[in-house]
Amino acid sequence: MSNQEISDALYTCDIPSERPWSRVLRKGQTLRIIDSEGQQAVDALLYCADDRSERYSSQDTLRVQGSAYIDLGTRLISNKGRVMGRITADTCGRHDTSAGCCSCESNAVRFGEATKYQHACRENFILELSKHGLTKRDIVANLNFFMNVPIDPSGKFTVVDGISAPGNYVDVTADMDVLFVISNCPQVNNPCNGFNPTPIRVVVRDAAAV
Amino acid sequence: MSQTQQQIEANRRRYEELRAAGQELTPKGLPEPTALDGAPISPAAVIHREQVPSGWYATMRLRRGEALRIVDDTGRSSVSLVGWREEDTSERINCADTVKIQWSAAVGKGRVILSDMGRVFVSVVEDSCGAHDLLVGGSTPASTLAAFGERGRNTQENFLAAASKIGLDVRDIPPCVTFFAPVSLDEAGRFRWQEGRKRPGDFIDLRAEMNLVVVASNCPHPLDPARPAAAGPVTLIKHHAAAAATDDPCRTASPEAARAFAFTDRLFA
Repeated sequence: MSNQEISDALYTCDIPSERPWSRVLRKGQTLRIIDSEGQQAVDALLYCADDRSERYSSQDTLRVQGSAYIDLGTRLISNKGRVMGRITADTCGRHDTSAGCCSCESNAVRFGEATKYQHACRENFILELSKHGLTKRDIVANLNFFMNVPIDPSGKFTVVDGISAPGNYVDVTADMDVLFVISNCPQVNNPCNGFNPTPIRVVVRDAAAV
Repeated sequence: MSQTQQQIEANRRRYEELRAAGQELTPKGLPEPTALDGAPISPAAVIHREQVPSGWYATMRLRRGEALRIVDDTGRSSVSLVGWREEDTSERINCADTVKIQWSAAVGKGRVILSDMGRVFVSVVEDSCGAHDLLVGGSTPASTLAAFGERGRNTQENFLAAASKIGLDVRDIPPCVTFFAPVSLDEAGRFRWQEGRKRPGDFIDLRAEMNLVVVASNCPHPLDPARPAAAGPVTLIKHHAAAAATDDPCRTASPEAARAFAFTDRLFA
């Protein structure tokens, strides 16, 4: 299927580079995230729409799955042990949930103090979450779609060049009504965005259309 | 803002230099694990000592410069830990930044555990074990039910109870680090429990680099195949430690650690 025109789309939005986005996905709806130009990390958080103290949990997701990467079939587990959504299509094959999001503060530690004054995912998350009455406190370890972070048997942990080609996509189908929050990652100091952030597209479809 | 080719190349060069330093140079300079009978604490330095039964938790406040020793008395326990900065509990332990900034998911002696604000939360000044988990997290009602065939005490509910007693709630509970939990990955990314990495008396010393509150939960790690027999008491010893000097091995382990310490020092300047 062409990503450019999805005829049964309920909603389509091009998210400019470096910008946040959010929307409530109803149970059964599928969110397609399209890496329009390739090698673009997409940081994501999920909250149960009816009780936002229930939210995506990276550690619960990895424990239930028994392995370290997000791919086709991964169930996204909440901090209350429930399935919030699942990965129902994936043309990239490699996504992370252990590396967290970039912040001004962690950038300063990683890359030197000058990088403290660069836009970062946590700034995006804070601003987008504020529209929903949520705060920095509610930011948990997030999903990083299209981000390639191999962890080797000795524990070596590296953000390496993304493998997503232009137009690669990942589908997340909601198992409950969820508030889905995205930061189109602004990081320019590591390879997660090819050192050059680019736009992404999101498309929402109803259950029957998938 | 679109990056120029020159900026892209400069940033890639810096990244590769940092990666080489972080993954090739730094590990060579890390101290050896502490001997099981090493690093005795002088009785005068002990502030508080407490044994936590299997399944239970303890909350402890540490001032900057104090340290917490956690002892796996029987070699069968794992201890999951979360914590917050005392003066501003929105600042808390951050496992993702900890592994990302140190280029390694393997925490041990000479490493640090970071807060989400680019500061050092605690540094690992002694560690006899060297096998700890930051990726999988602690036990939950579901994982305990699966392991024991019935509901039982678990880390997730321990954290919730502990947080509630200091005015925090479920929103404040971040991913945890679990000590004495030898989790590794195979080439396919599947988690593996490394047998033979746990010994009675294994201990770790966490030196507080800011004023903080920590919760330690003594529940079997969800991947420990010895469950439900994986249960024994652990001992927590709060004690006075020497402050991180300019040549402290945790501070000098890497340029990233040095920066994180410098940013932490500013809180107290």
